[in-house]
Amino acid sequence: MAEELVISSDLKAARKAERTVLSKLAQLGYTPSATFAVRLALEEGLNNAVNHGNGCSADKTVTISFDADSKRVAITIIDQGEGFDPAAVPDPRDDENLEKPSGRGIMLMRAYMDEVHFNDKGNQVHMVKHNR
Amino acid sequence: MERQNPRLDVSVSDGATVVKLRDAKILDEVSIAELGDQLRDIVNKTDSPALVLDFSNVTHMSSSALGLLITIHKRVREKNGQLRLAAIRPSIYEVFVITRLREIFQIHSSVEDALASLR
Repeated sequence: MAEELVISSDLKAARKAERTVLSKLAQLGYTPSATFAVRLALEEGLNNAVNHGNGCSADKTVTISFDADSKRVAITIIDQGEGFDPAAVPDPRDDENLEKPSGRGIMLMRAYMDEVHFNDKGNQVHMVKHNR
Repeated sequence: MERQNPRLDVSVSDGATVVKLRDAKILDEVSIAELGDQLRDIVNKTDSPALVLDFSNVTHMSSSALGLLITIHKRVREKNGQLRLAAIRPSIYEVFVITRLREIFQIHSSVEDALASLR
């Protein structure tokens, strides 16, 4: 069954939303590996939505919708920002970017989740993780 | 003056500073900023710091925490010091491998091995 949370552009609210999702996965018996992956991807996705998407603006919200069963969880994060082009984000694993302190969030989301899709505008990300 | 909310336990061994990270989850930006301030204090007070970061308590880290480690690594290098990371659990070690940061940092399975590498 799908659930939806709407939070302010505030990292404390983001952490609370993460706990809601992770609590659901714990009830469904997700493996430690799948749980670690979802926690990491949620953390990165919500940090991006709050900080980069909404610029921590008090008049913008982030919507998290998730649908989980014992086999898979699908999560969508939507911010109210102008969007961006994820293809334009430099690969942090390239030699010239390796020692840059930022820019790894999307790469980690893609590495740990089974599916990651951005909408055309770039203010919405949809992620799927299988419980294994 | 003692810091509020210390994020580290600091000890000295064989002339090196061993810094054990207290938090299991290094995720939110406030705690990462506090951790960064405390690590910079340690690095800045020695001419050629020999520093071992003990990750045995750490179960989760965000990409912002990785960014902090890179910043500390650069600062230690600027001061002709040495930095080692130790006791990283497999799930976190995998993050270092995936991001290629395994190639930047010297990582040891134990604090003892990290200290031995500094001798």
